[in-house]
Amino acid sequence: MKPAFFIKEAMRSISRNAIPSFAAMASVLVTVLVLGVFIPVVQATTGAANEVRGRVLVDVYLKKDATQTDIARVQALLRDKVAHVGKVAFVSKAQAYAQEKKRNPEAYQLLGANPLPDTFRVTPDTPDNVLKLRDALAPAGVAGGRTPVDASIEQVKNRKDETTKILTATRVVKLAMGGLAILLIVASVLLISNTIRLSLFSRRREVEVMKLVGATDSFIRWPFVIEGVVLGALGGVAAVALLGVGKIALLDPLSADFALIAAPQTIGFGLLAVVLLVASVGVSAAGSSISLRKFLRV
Amino acid sequence: MAIVERHKQELERSAAPRDRAPSVIEFRGVSKNYGPTNGGLETASFSIQRGEFVFLVGSTGSGKSTLMKLLIKEIEPTAGTIRVAGRDLSEITRKKVPYYRRNIGIVFQDFKLLPDRTVYDNVAYALQVTGSSRKEIRAKVPDILRLTGLATKLHSFPDQLSGGEQQRVAVARAFVNHPPLLLADEPTGNLDPETSVGIMQLLYRINRTGTTVLVATHDATMVDRMRRRVLELHQGRLVRDELDAQYARADMNTAEFGALLREPSPEPKRGPQADRQRERDAAREARDEFDDIFPTDERP
Ligand SMILES: Nc1ncnc2c1ncn2[C@@H]1O[C@H](COP(=O)(O)OP(=O)(O)OP(=O)(O)O)[C@@H](O)[C@H]1O
Ligand SMILES: [Mg+2]
Repeated sequence: MKPAFFIKEAMRSISRNAIPSFAAMASVLVTVLVLGVFIPVVQATTGAANEVRGRVLVDVYLKKDATQTDIARVQALLRDKVAHVGKVAFVSKAQAYAQEKKRNPEAYQLLGANPLPDTFRVTPDTPDNVLKLRDALAPAGVAGGRTPVDASIEQVKNRKDETTKILTATRVVKLAMGGLAILLIVASVLLISNTIRLSLFSRRREVEVMKLVGATDSFIRWPFVIEGVVLGALGGVAAVALLGVGKIALLDPLSADFALIAAPQTIGFGLLAVVLLVASVGVSAAGSSISLRKFLRV
Repeated sequence: MAIVERHKQELERSAAPRDRAPSVIEFRGVSKNYGPTNGGLETASFSIQRGEFVFLVGSTGSGKSTLMKLLIKEIEPTAGTIRVAGRDLSEITRKKVPYYRRNIGIVFQDFKLLPDRTVYDNVAYALQVTGSSRKEIRAKVPDILRLTGLATKLHSFPDQLSGGEQQRVAVARAFVNHPPLLLADEPTGNLDPETSVGIMQLLYRINRTGTTVLVATHDATMVDRMRRRVLELHQGRLVRDELDAQYARADMNTAEFGALLREPSPEPKRGPQADRQRERDAAREARDEFDDIFPTDERP
Protein backbone atom coordinates (compact mmCIF):
# COMPACT_ATOMS: atom_id res chain seq x y z
CA MET A 1 0.00 0.00 0.00
CA LYS A 2 2.71 2.44 0.93
CA PRO A 3 4.48 3.10 -2.40
CA ALA A 4 1.10 3.39 -4.11
CA PHE A 5 -0.01 5.80 -1.41
CA PHE A 6 3.12 7.94 -1.79
CA ILE A 7 2.73 8.06 -5.56
CA LYS A 8 -0.89 9.04 -5.20
CA GLU A 9 0.08 11.75 -2.73
CA ALA A 10 2.72 13.09 -5.11
CA MET A 11 0.27 13.20 -8.01
CA ARG A 12 -2.36 14.87 -5.89
CA SER A 13 0.07 17.51 -4.79
CA ILE A 14 1.27 18.14 -8.35
CA SER A 15 -2.26 18.67 -9.57
CA ARG A 16 -3.28 20.76 -6.56
CA ASN A 17 -0.18 22.95 -6.91
CA ALA A 18 -0.24 23.21 -10.68
CA ILE A 19 1.54 26.55 -11.02
CA PRO A 20 4.55 25.90 -8.75
CA SER A 21 4.81 22.44 -10.27
CA PHE A 22 4.84 23.92 -13.74
CA ALA A 23 7.47 26.46 -12.69
CA ALA A 24 9.70 23.70 -11.31
CA MET A 25 9.28 21.67 -14.47
CA ALA A 26 9.98 24.68 -16.68
CA SER A 27 13.16 25.53 -14.82
CA VAL A 28 14.39 21.98 -15.25
CA LEU A 29 13.46 22.13 -18.92
CA VAL A 30 15.31 25.39 -19.56
CA THR A 31 18.38 24.25 -17.67
CA VAL A 32 18.57 20.92 -19.44
CA LEU A 33 18.03 22.58 -22.78
CA VAL A 34 20.89 25.01 -22.21
CA LEU A 35 23.16 22.26 -20.89
CA GLY A 36 22.23 20.03 -23.80
CA VAL A 37 23.35 22.67 -26.27
CA PHE A 38 26.34 23.74 -24.26
CA ILE A 39 27.94 20.39 -23.52
CA PRO A 40 28.59 19.50 -27.20
CA VAL A 41 29.68 23.07 -27.94
CA VAL A 42 32.23 23.01 -25.12
CA GLN A 43 33.42 19.63 -26.23
CA ALA A 44 33.77 20.68 -29.86
CA THR A 45 35.58 23.87 -28.93
CA THR A 46 38.04 22.33 -26.50
CA GLY A 47 38.50 19.45 -28.92
CA ALA A 48 39.36 21.87 -31.68
CA ALA A 49 41.66 23.83 -29.39
CA ASN A 50 43.43 20.65 -28.33
CA GLU A 51 43.80 19.58 -31.90
CA VAL A 52 45.46 22.87 -32.76
CA ARG A 53 47.72 22.62 -29.74
CA GLY A 54 48.67 19.15 -30.83
CA ARG A 55 50.33 20.69 -33.86
CA VAL A 56 52.90 22.44 -31.71
CA LEU A 57 56.26 20.70 -32.16
CA VAL A 58 59.99 21.09 -32.36
CA ASP A 59 61.96 20.22 -35.50
CA VAL A 60 65.39 18.78 -34.97
CA TYR A 61 67.37 19.08 -38.20
CA LEU A 62 70.39 16.85 -38.48
CA LYS A 63 73.58 17.72 -40.30
CA LYS A 64 73.69 16.76 -43.96
CA ASP A 65 76.49 14.32 -43.38
CA ALA A 66 74.82 12.52 -40.47
CA THR A 67 75.29 8.79 -40.76
CA GLN A 68 72.91 6.02 -39.87
CA THR A 69 74.66 5.61 -36.49
CA ASP A 70 74.35 9.35 -35.81
CA ILE A 71 70.61 9.12 -36.48
CA ALA A 72 70.27 6.17 -34.14
CA ARG A 73 72.27 7.98 -31.46
CA VAL A 74 70.14 11.12 -31.65
CA GLN A 75 66.99 9.04 -31.60
CA ALA A 76 68.15 7.23 -28.45
CA LEU A 77 69.08 10.60 -26.95
CA LEU A 78 65.62 12.00 -27.66
CA ARG A 79 63.91 8.94 -26.37
CA ASP A 80 65.80 8.48 -23.11
CA LYS A 81 67.79 11.55 -22.06
CA VAL A 82 65.86 14.69 -22.89
CA ALA A 83 63.01 15.91 -20.67
CA HIS A 84 59.50 16.81 -21.87
CA VAL A 85 59.64 14.62 -24.96
CA GLY A 86 56.27 13.29 -26.01
CA LYS A 87 56.29 11.70 -29.44
CA VAL A 88 59.25 11.46 -31.78
CA ALA A 89 58.72 11.05 -35.49
CA PHE A 90 61.62 10.56 -37.88
CA VAL A 91 61.38 12.02 -41.35
CA SER A 92 64.21 10.91 -43.56
CA LYS A 93 65.72 13.04 -46.33
CA ALA A 94 63.91 10.96 -48.94
CA GLN A 95 60.56 11.15 -47.20
CA ALA A 96 60.86 14.90 -46.72
CA TYR A 97 61.78 15.30 -50.34
CA ALA A 98 58.84 13.26 -51.50
CA GLN A 99 56.47 15.25 -49.28
CA GLU A 100 57.74 18.62 -50.35
CA LYS A 101 57.81 17.65 -53.99
CA LYS A 102 54.22 16.67 -53.85
CA ARG A 103 53.31 19.97 -52.31
CA ASN A 104 55.36 22.13 -54.63
CA PRO A 105 56.25 20.15 -57.76
CA GLU A 106 57.63 23.02 -59.91
CA ALA A 107 60.12 24.32 -57.36
CA TYR A 108 61.50 20.89 -56.65
CA GLN A 109 61.69 20.20 -60.37
CA LEU A 110 64.36 22.91 -60.58
CA LEU A 111 66.46 21.44 -57.84
CA GLY A 112 68.58 18.61 -58.95
CA ALA A 113 69.67 17.06 -55.65
CA ASN A 114 67.70 16.76 -52.43
CA PRO A 115 68.51 19.80 -50.27
CA LEU A 116 66.61 18.57 -47.26
CA PRO A 117 68.19 17.13 -44.12
CA ASP A 118 67.03 14.22 -42.01
CA THR A 119 64.56 15.56 -39.43
CA PHE A 120 63.10 14.51 -36.09
CA ARG A 121 59.66 15.98 -35.41
CA VAL A 122 59.48 16.04 -31.62
CA THR A 123 56.11 16.64 -29.96
CA PRO A 124 56.36 17.84 -26.35
CA ASP A 125 54.64 15.84 -23.60
CA THR A 126 52.22 18.74 -23.22
CA PRO A 127 51.97 21.63 -25.64
CA ASP A 128 52.86 24.16 -22.91
CA ASN A 129 56.29 22.57 -22.50
CA VAL A 130 57.38 23.23 -26.03
CA LEU A 131 59.84 25.99 -25.15
CA LYS A 132 61.39 23.97 -22.35
CA LEU A 133 61.84 21.13 -24.78
CA ARG A 134 63.62 23.42 -27.19
CA ASP A 135 65.90 24.66 -24.42
CA ALA A 136 66.65 21.12 -23.41
CA LEU A 137 67.64 20.19 -26.95
CA ALA A 138 69.63 23.36 -27.60
CA PRO A 139 70.56 25.25 -24.41
CA ALA A 140 71.23 28.95 -24.91
CA GLY A 141 74.97 29.62 -24.81
CA VAL A 142 76.71 32.38 -22.87
CA ALA A 143 77.38 34.30 -26.06
CA GLY A 144 73.73 34.27 -27.04
CA GLY A 145 73.72 31.54 -29.70
CA ARG A 146 72.38 28.08 -29.13
CA THR A 147 74.45 24.95 -29.00
CA PRO A 148 72.64 21.72 -29.78
CA VAL A 149 73.14 18.84 -27.35
CA ASP A 150 74.54 16.57 -30.00
CA ALA A 151 77.27 17.26 -32.50
CA SER A 152 75.31 15.86 -35.42
CA ILE A 153 72.35 18.17 -34.83
CA GLU A 154 72.50 21.09 -37.17
CA GLN A 155 69.66 23.12 -35.74
CA VAL A 156 66.73 22.93 -33.32
CA LYS A 157 63.76 24.97 -34.38
CA ASN A 158 60.22 25.57 -33.30
CA ARG A 159 57.82 27.50 -35.48
CA LYS A 160 58.19 30.39 -33.15
CA ASP A 161 55.52 33.03 -33.69
CA GLU A 162 52.95 30.42 -34.64
CA THR A 163 53.64 28.40 -31.51
CA THR A 164 53.11 31.17 -28.98
CA LYS A 165 50.01 32.39 -30.79
CA ILE A 166 48.46 28.95 -30.81
CA LEU A 167 49.28 28.42 -27.17
CA THR A 168 47.77 31.68 -25.91
CA ALA A 169 44.73 31.57 -28.17
CA THR A 170 43.79 28.03 -27.28
CA ARG A 171 44.44 28.64 -23.60
CA VAL A 172 42.03 31.58 -23.64
CA VAL A 173 39.42 29.52 -25.45
CA LYS A 174 39.73 26.64 -23.01
CA LEU A 175 39.65 28.85 -19.94
CA ALA A 176 36.63 30.74 -21.22
CA MET A 177 34.79 27.51 -21.96
CA GLY A 178 35.68 26.05 -18.57
CA GLY A 179 34.56 29.22 -16.82
CA LEU A 180 31.30 29.29 -18.73
CA ALA A 181 30.67 25.64 -17.99
CA ILE A 182 31.20 26.18 -14.25
CA LEU A 183 28.99 29.27 -14.25
CA LEU A 184 26.29 27.44 -16.13
CA ILE A 185 26.32 24.46 -13.78
CA VAL A 186 26.22 26.72 -10.72
CA ALA A 187 23.38 28.71 -12.26
CA SER A 188 21.43 25.53 -13.07
CA VAL A 189 21.78 24.15 -9.56
CA LEU A 190 20.80 27.50 -8.05
CA LEU A 191 17.83 27.89 -10.36
CA ILE A 192 16.46 24.44 -9.72
CA SER A 193 17.06 24.44 -5.99
CA ASN A 194 15.53 27.89 -5.68
CA THR A 195 12.43 26.88 -7.57
CA ILE A 196 12.08 23.83 -5.38
CA ARG A 197 12.64 25.85 -2.25
CA LEU A 198 10.01 28.38 -3.28
CA SER A 199 7.43 25.73 -3.98
CA LEU A 200 8.24 23.99 -0.72
CA PHE A 201 8.18 27.23 1.21
CA SER A 202 4.57 27.79 0.28
CA ARG A 203 3.86 24.36 1.71
CA ARG A 204 5.86 24.80 4.87
CA ARG A 205 2.73 25.05 6.96
CA GLU A 206 1.43 21.85 5.46
CA VAL A 207 4.62 20.04 6.45
CA GLU A 208 4.41 21.49 9.93
CA VAL A 209 0.84 20.26 10.36
CA MET A 210 1.76 16.82 9.09
CA LYS A 211 4.49 16.60 11.69
CA LEU A 212 2.16 17.73 14.46
CA VAL A 213 -0.37 15.02 13.72
CA GLY A 214 2.32 12.37 13.98
CA ALA A 215 3.78 11.88 10.51
CA THR A 216 7.37 10.67 10.45
CA ASP A 217 9.97 12.50 8.40
CA SER A 218 10.14 9.80 5.77
CA PHE A 219 6.36 9.65 5.51
CA ILE A 220 6.41 13.33 4.61
CA ARG A 221 9.55 13.19 2.50
CA TRP A 222 8.65 10.38 0.09
CA PRO A 223 5.78 12.12 -1.69
CA PHE A 224 7.95 15.22 -2.09
CA VAL A 225 10.84 13.22 -3.51
CA ILE A 226 8.54 11.38 -5.90
CA GLU A 227 7.09 14.71 -6.91
CA GLY A 228 10.60 15.99 -7.60
CA VAL A 229 11.41 12.90 -9.65
CA VAL A 230 8.25 13.22 -11.69
CA LEU A 231 8.70 16.93 -12.37
CA GLY A 232 12.40 16.50 -13.11
CA ALA A 233 11.68 13.64 -15.49
CA LEU A 234 8.93 15.59 -17.25
CA GLY A 235 11.18 18.62 -17.67
CA GLY A 236 14.11 16.46 -18.74
CA VAL A 237 12.12 14.46 -21.28
CA ALA A 238 10.61 17.60 -22.78
CA ALA A 239 14.05 19.20 -23.04
CA VAL A 240 15.63 16.12 -24.60
CA ALA A 241 12.77 15.91 -27.07
CA LEU A 242 13.33 19.55 -28.02
CA LEU A 243 17.07 18.91 -28.37
CA GLY A 244 16.34 15.92 -30.58
CA VAL A 245 14.06 17.98 -32.80
CA GLY A 246 16.68 20.73 -32.94
CA LYS A 247 19.39 18.26 -33.87
CA ILE A 248 17.37 16.70 -36.66
CA ALA A 249 16.00 19.97 -38.01
CA LEU A 250 19.05 22.24 -37.71
CA LEU A 251 22.26 20.37 -37.05
CA ASP A 252 22.05 17.29 -39.23
CA PRO A 253 21.49 19.19 -42.52
CA LEU A 254 24.45 21.45 -41.69
CA SER A 255 26.85 18.76 -40.62
CA ALA A 256 27.18 17.62 -44.22
CA ASP A 257 28.70 21.02 -45.03
CA PHE A 258 30.77 21.79 -41.96
CA ALA A 259 33.33 19.36 -40.75
CA LEU A 260 33.64 21.11 -37.37
CA ILE A 261 30.04 20.41 -36.36
CA ALA A 262 30.49 16.74 -37.04
CA ALA A 263 33.66 16.80 -34.96
CA PRO A 264 34.24 13.31 -33.65
CA GLN A 265 35.02 14.49 -30.09
CA THR A 266 31.42 15.44 -29.20
CA ILE A 267 29.24 13.22 -27.08
CA GLY A 268 26.72 11.01 -28.89
CA PHE A 269 23.10 12.13 -28.74
CA GLY A 270 21.89 8.99 -27.00
CA LEU A 271 24.49 9.26 -24.26
CA LEU A 272 23.83 12.98 -23.91
CA ALA A 273 20.10 12.32 -23.51
CA VAL A 274 20.72 9.72 -20.81
CA VAL A 275 23.16 11.97 -18.93
CA LEU A 276 20.74 14.90 -19.04
CA LEU A 277 17.77 12.80 -17.91
CA VAL A 278 19.65 11.25 -15.03
CA ALA A 279 20.96 14.66 -13.99
CA SER A 280 17.55 16.35 -14.11
CA VAL A 281 15.82 13.60 -12.16
CA GLY A 282 18.67 13.32 -9.67
CA VAL A 283 19.04 17.03 -9.08
CA SER A 284 15.33 17.64 -8.56
CA ALA A 285 14.87 14.62 -6.29
CA ALA A 286 17.92 15.48 -4.22
CA GLY A 287 16.93 19.13 -4.28
CA SER A 288 13.47 18.45 -2.87
CA SER A 289 14.68 16.18 -0.14
CA ILE A 290 17.51 18.52 0.90
CA SER A 291 15.29 21.60 0.88
CA LEU A 292 12.64 19.71 2.81
CA ARG A 293 15.09 18.81 5.55
CA LYS A 294 15.01 22.34 6.88
CA PHE A 295 11.23 22.36 7.20
CA LEU A 296 11.11 19.00 8.91
CA ARG A 297 12.69 20.37 12.06
CA VAL A 298 9.43 21.06 13.87
CA MET B 1 -20.41 3.51 53.43
CA ALA B 2 -19.99 6.81 51.69
CA ILE B 3 -17.36 7.88 54.17
CA VAL B 4 -15.43 4.69 53.61
CA GLU B 5 -15.55 5.23 49.86
CA ARG B 6 -14.32 8.76 50.10
CA HIS B 7 -11.57 7.76 52.49
CA LYS B 8 -10.38 5.11 50.10
CA GLN B 9 -10.31 7.66 47.34
CA GLU B 10 -8.30 10.03 49.49
CA LEU B 11 -5.81 7.30 50.28
CA GLU B 12 -5.44 6.56 46.61
CA ARG B 13 -4.79 10.17 45.85
CA SER B 14 -2.16 10.70 48.55
CA ALA B 15 -0.28 7.50 47.91
CA ALA B 16 3.30 7.72 46.64
CA PRO B 17 3.48 8.01 42.85
CA ARG B 18 5.19 4.65 42.56
CA ASP B 19 2.37 2.84 44.32
CA ARG B 20 -0.24 3.68 41.73
CA ALA B 21 -0.53 4.10 38.02
CA PRO B 22 1.31 7.20 36.78
CA SER B 23 -0.69 10.31 36.05
CA VAL B 24 -1.51 10.90 32.44
CA ILE B 25 0.05 14.32 32.64
CA GLU B 26 2.50 15.47 35.24
CA PHE B 27 4.21 18.86 35.22
CA ARG B 28 6.97 19.43 37.74
CA GLY B 29 8.29 22.97 37.96
CA VAL B 30 7.93 23.49 34.26
CA SER B 31 8.98 26.86 32.85
CA LYS B 32 9.10 28.10 29.29
CA ASN B 33 10.68 31.44 28.49
CA TYR B 34 10.43 32.61 24.92
CA GLY B 35 12.92 35.36 25.63
CA PRO B 36 14.18 37.53 28.46
CA THR B 37 10.89 39.47 28.55
CA ASN B 38 8.37 36.98 27.13
CA GLY B 39 7.48 34.51 29.82
CA GLY B 40 5.33 31.72 28.41
CA LEU B 41 4.97 29.55 31.50
CA GLU B 42 6.52 29.82 34.95
CA THR B 43 7.24 26.90 37.25
CA ALA B 44 3.95 25.14 36.72
CA SER B 45 3.36 21.94 38.71
CA PHE B 46 0.23 19.82 38.49
CA SER B 47 -0.90 16.40 37.47
CA ILE B 48 -3.91 15.02 35.68
CA GLN B 49 -5.26 11.53 36.24
CA ARG B 50 -6.71 9.13 33.75
CA GLY B 51 -10.23 9.75 32.60
CA GLU B 52 -10.29 13.30 33.93
CA PHE B 53 -11.91 16.19 32.10
CA VAL B 54 -9.87 19.27 32.89
CA PHE B 55 -10.24 22.88 31.86
CA LEU B 56 -7.30 25.15 31.44
CA VAL B 57 -8.36 28.76 31.71
CA GLY B 58 -6.73 32.16 31.70
CA SER B 59 -6.81 35.39 29.80
CA THR B 60 -5.10 35.89 26.49
CA GLY B 61 -1.35 35.37 26.64
CA SER B 62 -1.52 33.54 29.95
CA GLY B 63 0.32 30.53 28.53
CA LYS B 64 -2.41 28.02 27.71
CA SER B 65 -1.24 27.28 24.20
CA THR B 66 2.32 27.20 25.47
CA LEU B 67 1.35 24.42 27.85
CA MET B 68 -0.34 22.49 25.04
CA LYS B 69 2.68 22.89 22.78
CA LEU B 70 4.92 21.63 25.53
CA LEU B 71 2.71 18.56 25.86
CA ILE B 72 3.07 17.59 22.21
CA LYS B 73 6.78 18.42 22.23
CA GLU B 74 6.34 21.15 19.67
CA ILE B 75 8.49 23.27 21.98
CA GLU B 76 10.88 22.30 24.77
CA PRO B 77 10.60 23.58 28.34
CA THR B 78 13.39 25.80 29.62
CA ALA B 79 13.17 24.15 33.04
CA GLY B 80 11.35 21.35 34.82
CA THR B 81 10.14 17.95 33.71
CA ILE B 82 6.99 16.92 31.92
CA ARG B 83 5.79 13.37 32.17
CA VAL B 84 3.04 11.91 30.05
CA ALA B 85 1.82 8.49 31.15
CA GLY B 86 4.93 8.30 33.31
CA ARG B 87 7.31 9.01 30.48
CA ASP B 88 9.71 11.94 30.65
CA LEU B 89 9.21 13.92 27.45
CA SER B 90 12.82 15.11 27.38
CA GLU B 91 13.84 11.50 26.89
CA ILE B 92 11.85 11.11 23.69
CA THR B 93 14.26 11.42 20.79
CA ARG B 94 13.46 13.47 17.70
CA LYS B 95 12.86 10.29 15.76
CA LYS B 96 10.38 8.97 18.30
CA VAL B 97 8.35 12.16 18.53
CA PRO B 98 5.91 11.27 15.72
CA TYR B 99 5.09 7.98 17.41
CA TYR B 100 4.55 9.78 20.69
CA ARG B 101 2.25 12.33 19.06
CA ARG B 102 0.04 9.62 17.64
CA ASN B 103 -1.11 8.85 21.18
CA ILE B 104 -2.37 12.36 21.62
CA GLY B 105 -5.27 13.92 19.81
CA ILE B 106 -4.85 17.66 19.41
CA VAL B 107 -7.36 20.28 18.40
CA PHE B 108 -5.26 23.29 17.55
CA GLN B 109 -6.33 26.81 18.32
CA ASP B 110 -5.95 27.63 14.62
CA PHE B 111 -7.31 24.21 13.50
CA LYS B 112 -4.23 23.45 11.38
CA LEU B 113 -6.17 21.64 8.69
CA LEU B 114 -4.35 20.69 5.52
CA PRO B 115 -5.65 23.22 2.99
CA ASP B 116 -5.46 21.07 -0.13
CA ARG B 117 -7.28 18.10 1.31
CA THR B 118 -10.98 17.50 1.67
CA VAL B 119 -12.62 17.04 5.06
CA TYR B 120 -12.50 13.30 4.54
CA ASP B 121 -8.81 13.31 3.57
CA ASN B 122 -7.87 15.60 6.44
CA VAL B 123 -9.32 13.17 8.93
CA ALA B 124 -7.96 10.18 7.04
CA TYR B 125 -4.46 11.66 7.16
CA ALA B 126 -4.26 11.10 10.90
CA LEU B 127 -4.85 7.41 10.20
CA GLN B 128 -2.58 7.27 7.17
CA VAL B 129 0.41 8.47 9.17
CA THR B 130 -0.01 5.49 11.46
CA GLY B 131 0.03 3.15 8.47
CA SER B 132 -3.61 2.14 8.79
CA SER B 133 -5.04 0.04 6.00
CA ARG B 134 -7.47 1.51 3.52
CA LYS B 135 -10.16 -0.73 4.90
CA GLU B 136 -9.65 0.61 8.39
CA ILE B 137 -9.78 4.18 7.11
CA ARG B 138 -12.98 3.54 5.20
CA ALA B 139 -14.49 2.12 8.35
CA LYS B 140 -13.41 4.76 10.85
CA VAL B 141 -13.51 8.09 9.04
CA PRO B 142 -17.20 8.20 8.09
CA ASP B 143 -18.07 7.17 11.63
CA ILE B 144 -16.22 9.98 13.31
CA LEU B 145 -17.49 12.47 10.73
CA ARG B 146 -21.04 11.41 11.45
CA LEU B 147 -20.38 11.79 15.16
CA THR B 148 -19.09 15.33 14.62
CA GLY B 149 -22.01 16.20 12.34
CA LEU B 150 -19.97 16.55 9.17
CA ALA B 151 -21.52 13.73 7.18
CA THR B 152 -22.68 16.12 4.45
CA LYS B 153 -19.35 17.92 4.11
CA LEU B 154 -17.06 14.99 3.29
CA HIS B 155 -15.78 16.42 0.04
CA SER B 156 -15.53 20.07 0.97
CA PHE B 157 -12.15 21.72 1.32
CA PRO B 158 -11.33 23.59 4.51
CA ASP B 159 -11.73 26.98 2.86
CA GLN B 160 -15.28 26.03 1.92
CA LEU B 161 -16.25 25.44 5.54
CA SER B 162 -17.44 27.77 8.26
CA GLY B 163 -15.24 28.29 11.30
CA GLY B 164 -17.35 25.97 13.40
CA GLU B 165 -17.25 23.27 10.76
CA GLN B 166 -13.49 23.54 10.54
CA GLN B 167 -13.32 23.22 14.28
CA ARG B 168 -15.38 20.06 14.07
CA VAL B 169 -13.03 18.66 11.45
CA ALA B 170 -10.15 19.42 13.81
CA VAL B 171 -11.93 17.55 16.60
CA ALA B 172 -12.70 14.64 14.28
CA ARG B 173 -9.08 14.40 13.19
CA ALA B 174 -7.86 14.59 16.77
CA PHE B 175 -10.12 11.78 17.83
CA VAL B 176 -10.22 9.43 14.85
CA ASN B 177 -7.31 7.42 16.29
CA HIS B 178 -9.11 7.11 19.63
CA PRO B 179 -6.11 8.51 21.46
CA PRO B 180 -6.00 8.05 25.22
CA LEU B 181 -5.33 11.75 25.67
CA LEU B 182 -7.14 14.57 23.92
CA LEU B 183 -5.92 18.17 24.02
CA ALA B 184 -8.21 20.88 22.76
CA ASP B 185 -6.85 24.41 22.50
CA GLU B 186 -9.78 26.85 22.47
CA PRO B 187 -12.04 24.42 20.66
CA THR B 188 -14.88 26.91 20.99
CA GLY B 189 -12.71 29.92 20.17
CA ASN B 190 -14.83 32.01 17.85
CA LEU B 191 -18.05 30.06 17.89
CA ASP B 192 -21.53 31.12 18.81
CA PRO B 193 -22.77 29.79 22.17
CA GLU B 194 -24.93 27.08 20.63
CA THR B 195 -22.09 25.66 18.52
CA SER B 196 -19.76 25.93 21.50
CA VAL B 197 -22.12 23.80 23.49
CA GLY B 198 -22.20 21.31 20.63
CA ILE B 199 -18.40 21.02 20.63
CA MET B 200 -18.27 20.73 24.41
CA GLN B 201 -20.89 18.00 24.28
CA LEU B 202 -18.75 16.21 21.76
CA LEU B 203 -15.69 16.46 24.00
CA TYR B 204 -17.73 15.26 26.92
CA ARG B 205 -18.93 12.28 24.93
CA ILE B 206 -15.33 11.50 24.07
CA ASN B 207 -14.34 11.82 27.71
CA ARG B 208 -17.01 9.32 28.66
CA THR B 209 -15.29 6.69 26.54
CA GLY B 210 -12.36 6.90 28.96
CA THR B 211 -10.24 9.46 27.17
CA THR B 212 -8.49 12.05 29.31
CA VAL B 213 -9.46 15.47 28.00
CA LEU B 214 -7.69 18.77 28.58
CA VAL B 215 -9.47 21.81 27.20
CA ALA B 216 -7.89 25.24 27.07
CA THR B 217 -10.32 28.12 26.92
CA HIS B 218 -10.74 31.65 28.18
CA ASP B 219 -14.46 31.24 28.43
CA ALA B 220 -14.42 31.10 32.24
CA THR B 221 -18.19 31.32 32.75
CA MET B 222 -18.83 28.28 30.62
CA VAL B 223 -16.18 26.41 32.58
CA ASP B 224 -17.65 27.38 35.92
CA ARG B 225 -21.03 26.11 34.83
CA MET B 226 -19.62 22.77 33.85
CA ARG B 227 -18.29 21.99 37.31
CA ARG B 228 -15.17 20.25 36.19
CA ARG B 229 -11.63 20.48 37.39
CA VAL B 230 -10.18 23.85 36.47
CA LEU B 231 -6.58 24.92 36.15
CA GLU B 232 -6.17 28.65 35.84
CA LEU B 233 -3.11 30.37 34.48
CA HIS B 234 -2.31 34.01 34.97
CA GLN B 235 0.69 35.45 33.20
CA GLY B 236 2.27 32.04 32.99
CA ARG B 237 1.67 31.10 36.60
CA LEU B 238 -0.75 28.44 37.81
CA VAL B 239 -3.03 30.38 40.15
CA ARG B 240 -5.99 28.00 40.61
CA ASP B 241 -6.41 24.26 40.62
CA GLU B 242 -9.88 23.31 41.77
CA LEU B 243 -11.19 19.80 41.71
CA ASP B 244 -14.81 20.65 41.02
CA ALA B 245 -15.42 17.38 39.32
CA GLN B 246 -16.95 15.81 42.38
CA TYR B 247 -19.90 18.18 42.26
CA ALA B 248 -21.02 17.20 38.80
CA ARG B 249 -22.99 14.11 38.07
CA ALA B 250 -20.64 12.06 35.98
CA ASP B 251 -23.14 9.84 34.21
CA MET B 252 -25.31 12.48 32.62
CA ASN B 253 -26.14 11.69 29.06
CA THR B 254 -25.06 14.19 26.46
CA ALA B 255 -28.43 15.88 26.21
CA GLU B 256 -28.61 16.48 29.95
CA PHE B 257 -25.06 17.74 29.85
CA GLY B 258 -26.01 20.19 27.13
CA ALA B 259 -29.01 21.31 29.16
CA LEU B 260 -26.69 21.93 32.10
CA LEU B 261 -24.47 24.12 29.97
CA ARG B 262 -27.43 26.17 28.80
CA GLU B 263 -28.83 26.69 32.31
CA PRO B 264 -28.46 30.28 33.44
CA SER B 265 -26.95 29.34 36.81
CA PRO B 266 -26.86 25.70 37.67
CA GLU B 267 -27.16 24.43 41.20
CA PRO B 268 -24.43 22.06 42.30
CA LYS B 269 -25.68 18.59 41.64
CA ARG B 270 -24.78 15.56 43.65
CA GLY B 271 -24.93 12.20 42.01
CA PRO B 272 -25.71 9.02 43.95
CA GLN B 273 -22.67 7.13 45.11
CA ALA B 274 -23.54 4.07 43.04
CA ASP B 275 -23.26 6.11 39.89
CA ARG B 276 -19.86 7.35 40.83
CA GLN B 277 -18.70 3.80 41.42
CA ARG B 278 -19.91 2.90 37.95
CA GLU B 279 -17.95 5.77 36.49
CA ARG B 280 -14.82 4.67 38.25
CA ASP B 281 -15.17 1.18 36.84
CA ALA B 282 -15.55 2.57 33.36
CA ALA B 283 -12.50 4.73 33.86
CA ARG B 284 -10.50 1.75 35.03
CA GLU B 285 -11.36 -0.15 31.88
CA ALA B 286 -10.28 2.79 29.80
CA ARG B 287 -7.10 2.91 31.82
CA ASP B 288 -6.18 -0.62 30.85
CA GLU B 289 -6.62 0.27 27.21
CA PHE B 290 -4.44 3.29 27.83
CA ASP B 291 -1.68 1.11 29.20
CA ASP B 292 -1.56 -0.88 26.02
CA ILE B 293 -0.80 2.25 24.09
CA PHE B 294 1.37 3.98 26.66
CA PRO B 295 3.46 1.19 28.09
CA THR B 296 5.42 2.36 31.09
CA ASP B 297 8.01 0.61 33.13
CA GLU B 298 7.05 2.29 36.37
CA ARG B 299 4.24 -0.08 37.15
CA PRO B 300 4.88 -3.38 38.87
N1 LIG C 1 6.89 31.65 19.62
C1 LIG C 1 6.83 32.60 20.55
N2 LIG C 1 7.83 33.49 20.66
C2 LIG C 1 7.80 34.46 21.60
N3 LIG C 1 6.80 34.62 22.47
C3 LIG C 1 5.77 33.76 22.41
C4 LIG C 1 5.73 32.72 21.45
N4 LIG C 1 4.60 32.03 21.63
C5 LIG C 1 3.96 32.62 22.64
N5 LIG C 1 4.64 33.67 23.13
C6 LIG C 1 4.26 34.50 24.26
O1 LIG C 1 4.01 33.67 25.36
C7 LIG C 1 2.88 34.12 26.06
C8 LIG C 1 1.87 32.99 26.21
O2 LIG C 1 1.37 32.66 24.92
P1 LIG C 1 0.26 31.56 24.69
O3 LIG C 1 0.12 31.36 23.24
O4 LIG C 1 0.61 30.38 25.49
O5 LIG C 1 -1.02 32.28 25.27
P2 LIG C 1 -2.50 31.71 25.38
O6 LIG C 1 -2.81 31.56 26.81
O7 LIG C 1 -2.66 30.52 24.52
O8 LIG C 1 -3.32 32.92 24.81
P3 LIG C 1 -4.69 32.88 23.93
O9 LIG C 1 -5.79 32.70 24.90
O10 LIG C 1 -4.74 34.22 23.28
O11 LIG C 1 -4.57 31.76 22.97
C9 LIG C 1 2.35 35.32 25.31
O12 LIG C 1 2.77 36.47 26.00
C10 LIG C 1 3.00 35.23 23.97
O13 LIG C 1 3.26 36.52 23.49
MG1 LIG D 1 -3.68 30.06 22.86
